Amino acid sequence: MSQTFLGMPHAPAGVGHLHGDRPFPDAARDALANTQLRRNLGHATATIRAKRASVVGELDDWEELRLAGEALKAYTMAHLDRLLPQLEAAVTARGGVVHWARDATEANQIVVDLVRATGTDEVVKVKSMATAEIGLNEALAAAGIAAVETDLAELIVQLGHDEPSHILVPAIHRNRAEIREIFLREMPGVDPELTDEPRRLAMAARAHLRAKFLTTKVAISGANFGIAETGTITVVESEGNGRMCLTLPDTLITVMGIEKVVPTWTDLEVFLQLLPRSSTGERMNPYTSTWTGVTPGDGPQTFHLVLVDNGRTAVLADPAGRSALHCIRCSACLNVCPVYERAGGHAYGSVYPGPIGAVLTPQLTGAATSLPYASSLCGACFDACPVRIDIPSMLVHLRSTQPHPATERAAFEAVAWTMASAGRFRLGERLLRLGRLIARRGRIRRLPPPLSAWTDTRDLPAPPQQTFRDWWSAR
Amino acid sequence: MSARDDILARIHAANTGIAAPPVPRDYRRTGTHAPGDAELLELFTDRLVDYKATVVPCTPATLAATLADICRDWTVVVPAGSASSVPGAVVDDGLSYAQLDALDAVLTGCAAACAETGTIALDAGPDQGRRAVTLIPDRHICVVRADQVVHTVPELLARLDPTRPLTFISGPSATSDIELHRVEGVHGPRTLIVVLVTLSGGLRRRA
Ligand code: SF4
Repeated sequence: MSQTFLGMPHAPAGVGHLHGDRPFPDAARDALANTQLRRNLGHATATIRAKRASVVGELDDWEELRLAGEALKAYTMAHLDRLLPQLEAAVTARGGVVHWARDATEANQIVVDLVRATGTDEVVKVKSMATAEIGLNEALAAAGIAAVETDLAELIVQLGHDEPSHILVPAIHRNRAEIREIFLREMPGVDPELTDEPRRLAMAARAHLRAKFLTTKVAISGANFGIAETGTITVVESEGNGRMCLTLPDTLITVMGIEKVVPTWTDLEVFLQLLPRSSTGERMNPYTSTWTGVTPGDGPQTFHLVLVDNGRTAVLADPAGRSALHCIRCSACLNVCPVYERAGGHAYGSVYPGPIGAVLTPQLTGAATSLPYASSLCGACFDACPVRIDIPSMLVHLRSTQPHPATERAAFEAVAWTMASAGRFRLGERLLRLGRLIARRGRIRRLPPPLSAWTDTRDLPAPPQQTFRDWWSAR
Repeated sequence: MSARDDILARIHAANTGIAAPPVPRDYRRTGTHAPGDAELLELFTDRLVDYKATVVPCTPATLAATLADICRDWTVVVPAGSASSVPGAVVDDGLSYAQLDALDAVLTGCAAACAETGTIALDAGPDQGRRAVTLIPDRHICVVRADQVVHTVPELLARLDPTRPLTFISGPSATSDIELHRVEGVHGPRTLIVVLVTLSGGLRRRA
């Protein structure tokens, strides 16, 4: 790919968290041997799948919302070179300062310089995929600046000297007993009587971070959406740590991927419905904050917006891969993916794991990888995706651009492993049932390769709703 | 070339020959209930209670007594332009964060609300105050008038001015970070009490 799109540099290696240090099949093999991890993941993803299904079922216009979301994203990408300057002008007009960064190294330098200029050596952070992607915390640490993660899951990861393993719930690989142990070990002044009751754990985090929120002068956030028309930036969250960071410090620095722009305020009505229901399975997340530049007398009086490319324009340059940029980071595709559920997030070696990671990571980095093979092509990710990203087709496309030999064999081996683990038959049956999702009017018209050779010439009957085994265990 | 020009040039090159189809807007943009309609208020109440807020209905005539009753044991802060108050309330005239942290509760109005999602929107208007005031105290008592409640998310956004700092609140602070189970109450107010003012009364108090 890197030869094809000269002039579209990818995300550089050696900075940030996109380039894993081990191939997927290797890392997945270790993860599959970790039964605690598999149990934690299985429990958490089953919980969230059920919640998502129930709140999505409440809306009879869900498909219409998905179609609007898909089209809005395609429109946005096609007009990015107009929308970004429009966003810049609107933010600037309201007292904000906009910076542009070609890649992770530039973005980190901009943020380090901005923090240094304030004279502080500690910042509070709202969970942000963009800053994890560019390795901002490491860059800040190298400059002698401590970054305090304030999202509960990020705090668990940070205190546990661990890596995030899920877009939405970075500590999904940890259960409550493990979290309690991390807090007891690493949280200064924690109540030694702390139990593993989730409420008590959340209260420990509240007490731990309260003083920081009230006194820290600089905050760093990501952005879920940036409205070009008005210059309004949006952060969607649950705990209130986002509100604390976005409201109380004097200076706010927001790092935003260039693909996060949304044309108009009205368009937000689509994404504010799609995102919470798809991610946490809630009708609406507890808190959404929006701000436009600086508001005198309310919130940070200095606002910087850092717009980051870091390989996104290289993704944009591939007509068959560019819709990976449509992702709104809801994580629904992770939660339905049978490979993710068994291999876990760390095996993908990138801040973007699961189905979206398997297509986005190789495109951002341009590096040879077996990630596009980390899938059984069952199609569940497409069905779950609120903006209808056709991940299965993109995986097939990326496989064709990757060097075939050893990687392919190794990766198929990893998928085979998944299939051969405890529930080989059970999973196989489930995949068949998922086949119903790509069936239209009871027939499957197109299967992904290599099965497409079969469906190209005939329709398959859609598999039945419930397998015998499901029926048996549900009796 | 500046990073800005470089990135815009890359985008321009990547987009050569790309056209996007029009955006279909076949989703619901207006609800089936008019703002303030009785069924809508029932839905709004259900959604709030489902996400662990408390809903206390009253009429304009009983509002003051209702608020006084809710707040009787608490030290309360109100924004300078607040339409409602309670005996002994502190008016925010630029209190420090530490002073706000020492108070028990904040009492405000709202800009608009959405029944389908149980969402209250604040726009930092005179009766809502700056954002820190509705964030730091541990309890938020929010007065919502029936005519401020719309059915759908599109109707909610249409009522708001995006150039103001907005906060959308759906239930008290919560997290799903531990085993993906929802737990109420982390950094924001752990208690949310919505006082719903209708002309006729008739709704039940629910928690
Ligand atoms: S690809 Fe789709 S389902 Fe997956 S995280 Fe992105 S928006 Fe969500």
